[in-house]
Amino acid sequence: MTWLKRERTGIKKKKEPRSDVPEGLWTKCEGCGEALFQTVLEENLWTCPHCDHHFRVPARTAIGYLADPDTFTERFAGLEALDPLEFRDAKLPYPERLKAAQQETGQKDAALAGVATIGGKPVNLVVMDFFFMGGSMGSVVGEKVARAIETAVAERRALVIVSATGGARMQEGILSLMQLAKTSALLVRLQEARLPFVSILSDPSTAGVLASFASLGDVVLAEPKALVGFAGARVIRQTIGEELPPGFQRAEFVLEKGFIDRIVHRKRMRDEVSHILEFFWRSTRGFAPDGGESPHAFRPALPSADGGPGTSARSR
Amino acid sequence: MSVWLDFEKPVMELELKIQELRAHAAEQGLEADDQLVELERRADALRRDIYARLTPYQRVQLARHPRRPYALDYIERCFTGWTELHGDRHFADDPAIVGGLALLEARPVMVIGQQKGRDTKENLMRRFGMPNPEGYRKALRLMQLAGRFHVPVVTLVDTPGAYPGLGAEERGQAEAIAVNLREMARLETPIVTVVIGEGGSGGALAIAVANVVLMFENSIYSVISPEGCASILWRDGKKGPLAAEALKLTAQDLLGLGIVDGILPEPLGGAHRDAAAAAATVRAAIVRQLDDLSGVSGPELVERRLGKFRGMGVFKESPA
Repeated sequence: MTWLKRERTGIKKKKEPRSDVPEGLWTKCEGCGEALFQTVLEENLWTCPHCDHHFRVPARTAIGYLADPDTFTERFAGLEALDPLEFRDAKLPYPERLKAAQQETGQKDAALAGVATIGGKPVNLVVMDFFFMGGSMGSVVGEKVARAIETAVAERRALVIVSATGGARMQEGILSLMQLAKTSALLVRLQEARLPFVSILSDPSTAGVLASFASLGDVVLAEPKALVGFAGARVIRQTIGEELPPGFQRAEFVLEKGFIDRIVHRKRMRDEVSHILEFFWRSTRGFAPDGGESPHAFRPALPSADGGPGTSARSR
Repeated sequence: MSVWLDFEKPVMELELKIQELRAHAAEQGLEADDQLVELERRADALRRDIYARLTPYQRVQLARHPRRPYALDYIERCFTGWTELHGDRHFADDPAIVGGLALLEARPVMVIGQQKGRDTKENLMRRFGMPNPEGYRKALRLMQLAGRFHVPVVTLVDTPGAYPGLGAEERGQAEAIAVNLREMARLETPIVTVVIGEGGSGGALAIAVANVVLMFENSIYSVISPEGCASILWRDGKKGPLAAEALKLTAQDLLGLGIVDGILPEPLGGAHRDAAAAAATVRAAIVRQLDDLSGVSGPELVERRLGKFRGMGVFKESPA
């Protein structure tokens, strides 16, 4: 099954090698330390069969796990970042950083957008890629999310966004900040159009992205133990001058505090999202507009054979 | 007591000399002599010179100046009938955001602003102007109240950022900001924002999704503080001045990038040199903007606001 394949096997970094990136056939689990055979990890969608640790995966891989097989068609692929600030950090100009990230990941920027089906339901899907400059949101990521919202409205699709991000991209300065407002504001249109938005938080989903569309899903799901928070732990520790409680800003903590609907194992994510979409699909007679016809093939609902997910011990 | 910034030192020395000479002249019962006139002329020229060539980081320092007028200083001078309203109705009242009813000339407006403290005690209470989620939820409550009555909303931005605390995380700081961004977008009433000091990232934006965004000439607005940026990208928080250059966070930069709609001039030496004059500038600007927006329908205001933010971003697109 080609869609289970990890597309790139090594992301070069000069200093310490990343433990989440396999060097050879064996990968040490960050969760339990177990040495795992790469094919075993792939079979388990890059989760540890011993401790359920969820490894970070590139956007393409995540799409393979979430979308129905062979249904994803990329859109807005021609979008590429510019350097409006002529930003230069201690070592490199921003365009050089971009080029390096593009070479490392084979992606143009930190998100892939497109259309797909999940459980047979038409969705506009945006998946962020943490391996591209920390999944940071600049103008391109913001524009992809914006267009995904607009075309979801125009084509009557659900919106599904998988976040994997450290927040806004500093190298685009205030323009990155404005992507928070741009994407969040457009969600008004999605709500008015009565189309569902499922926001999936993978590790990590933080800062500016969490302070915009990622928090605004009609249903918010998270992968187990994903880091979900606004401010960095180090900054908070400095501010309050004390240690943070165990599990702070992990998905389980955030679920307990009431900002996530469900924590879902990666292996169950497609089924869960399918089930949730089915609910809205039925209630809108195939994502039909108010008083209009669905542009999709909508058959009057048949009783579901399995009653859907939700009974699994692994999902909450 | 005056507070002098490092780059103001040449002016400070002249001013101290002028004060000394004045005191001496008064003691001797003498008229101001030629030397004094000459010194004053030089001090003025020097100040103009320094303030005409401010670096981005010097503007950061001015935006954070401990004597800079804060939201309540403007509210007191620009409006009448100020009636502060408190609380988010869920958890607490956040003193880092003030909001309430006011009259601008005869016109009712809802005014909301981040509020820093003037001394240590007040700063502890107001968390140096860094709001908690309940602050943003209070702000939204007041904005929605204004929206129902078609009362214009005026927001005054002055925050280092949303508060990075344990409780803030537990109560959903990110969610509070995100909801404000979406809900401000659909408010069917005019919204005018003035960045009066620091526009610190999402914590500032959460009350700044406005039809018109204005900035004082020595205010800043940025995705991250220069020090925070420097500690990440330069691995040295002391490289803030370099990061401030790189981030393009001054009013002049932001006008050039099309992010803000106008720059309000400050009195020479910064808003803190003449709070009354600065407030008069703010007041005149708000009156003008609200006049311009007064005939616009609610849905049209939403359309324009959405369109304004929808257009933000710089990228290229090749045929896929």
